[in-house]
Amino acid sequence: MTMSKEWPLWEVFVRAKNGLSHRHVGSVHAADEKMAIEAARDTYKRRMEGISLWVVPSAAITASDPGEAEALFAPAVDKVYRHPTFYSIPEHIKNI
Amino acid sequence: MYTTELNDKNKKPAVTPLSAEDPEKLAAFEARVAADDFIEPKDWMPEAYRKTLIRQISQHAHSEIVGMLPEGNWITRAPSLRRKQVLLAKVQDEGGHGLYLYAAAETLGTSRDEMIEALHSGRAKYSTIFNYPTLTWADIGAIGWLVDGAAIMNQVPLQRTSYGPYARAMVRICKEESFHQRQGYEIMMTLAAGSPEQKRMAQDALDRWWWPSLMMFGPPDDNSPNSAQSIRWRIKRETNDQLRQKFVDVTVPQAEAIGLKVPDPDLQWSEERGSYDFGAVDWEEFYAVVRGEGPVAKERMQARVSAWEDGRWVREAALAHAEKRRGARMAAE
Repeated sequence: MTMSKEWPLWEVFVRAKNGLSHRHVGSVHAADEKMAIEAARDTYKRRMEGISLWVVPSAAITASDPGEAEALFAPAVDKVYRHPTFYSIPEHIKNI
Repeated sequence: MYTTELNDKNKKPAVTPLSAEDPEKLAAFEARVAADDFIEPKDWMPEAYRKTLIRQISQHAHSEIVGMLPEGNWITRAPSLRRKQVLLAKVQDEGGHGLYLYAAAETLGTSRDEMIEALHSGRAKYSTIFNYPTLTWADIGAIGWLVDGAAIMNQVPLQRTSYGPYARAMVRICKEESFHQRQGYEIMMTLAAGSPEQKRMAQDALDRWWWPSLMMFGPPDDNSPNSAQSIRWRIKRETNDQLRQKFVDVTVPQAEAIGLKVPDPDLQWSEERGSYDFGAVDWEEFYAVVRGEGPVAKERMQARVSAWEDGRWVREAALAHAEKRRGARMAAE
C-alpha cells in the first residue's frame, strides 16, 4: 500500500450548554476546518452532548512539559498566603 | 465491541526490555500506576508500555471498524423501518468507537495511516468474532446481545485503565454500548416469542454465536503470557477467565427468560461456587481464526482494503482543495 499524505489532526472542544466552557473531548482528522466541524459533529455529538463545537489544529497547541511540572507549578504550593485560610480572624468578627 | 487479546505466541517483541529502562524513572512510573494515577501522553513511560498500548488500542479500534461489516450486511434487509433506523445508528456508533480509539492510539506516537496499513497488510489483528458470517436476521440480535454484551463485560473495567486517553475513550464507548446490547436482546426476545420458525431462527443464531462470544475474552489465563504485566500496569483489570465467567453468569438467565437454550451440554449451576460451570472452549478453532482462517476473514479484509483504496481520490481531492483555498486566502491578504 502506498502512503499518501494524511489529513491533519484537529482537537475537538464541546460546550455542553450555555453557561459552561468548552471542554476537550478528543480529536479528528480532516482536510480543512469545515470538514473538521462536520467530522467532530458525527464523531462526538451523536447524542446531544453539546450545543457548540470548537476545532483547533492540533499543531497549533503548545503544551507544557510534564518534566518541568515542578518548576512551573511547585512555587504555587509555597504561597499559602494566597488562600483565605492563611489569615486568622477572631470568631466574633462576622461576614468576612 | 471489543478485541480479544491476540498476541502471536511465538513472536519476540522488538522493544526496549524493561531491564534496559532508567531504573529511577521506571520505579516512579510503576508507583504512579500502582496508586491508580493516570498516565498522560507527554508523561514518561516505558517503551514496552507504549508498544503494548498501541497494539491493544489499535486492535480494539480495528475491531470496531471491521465490526461494522457483519452488521452493515443487514441494513438494507432489516425487517422494519424501526429496526433499520436502529441498526444504522448502531453501526454508526461502531464507526465512532473506532475513531475515538484511533485518536487515543495516535497520542502514543503512531499515525492513523500506519495503523490502517498494519490492519490491511495483516500484521495487526482484530477480534476473531467478526470473521464469522451473519447468515440470518437473528444474527443481528445475537451480535447485539452476546457480542456487545461480552464487549461491555470487557470494557467497563477499562474505564479505569491507567492510560488517560484510553480510559476517556472507554468512558464514552461504555455510555453508548448499553443501547447496542438492549436492541439486540429485544430482537431475540421478539423472535423467540414469534412463530415456531422465528423461534428456531433465534435458537440457531444463539447456537452459532455462543462459543465465538466466549472466545472473545481471549485464551485461558494459564495460556495468556502477558496478562500479569498488563494487570500490573492497569492496562487490563480482570483476567480473561474471570470476565468469561461473569459473562456466562449474567447471560444464561437471559437466554432462559426468553425460552432459548445455551448450546452447552456441560452447563450447570454450581451451588458451591455461586456460578455456572460450563464446557471447554475449542481453542484450536480460536487460534485458527486468529491465524486468519475464519469463515469470512478474506471477505472482511477485501471489503476494508477496497473501501480504503476506493476512497483514496476523495482524501486526496479534499486535501488539494483545502490547500488551494489556503493559497488563495494567503494571496488575498
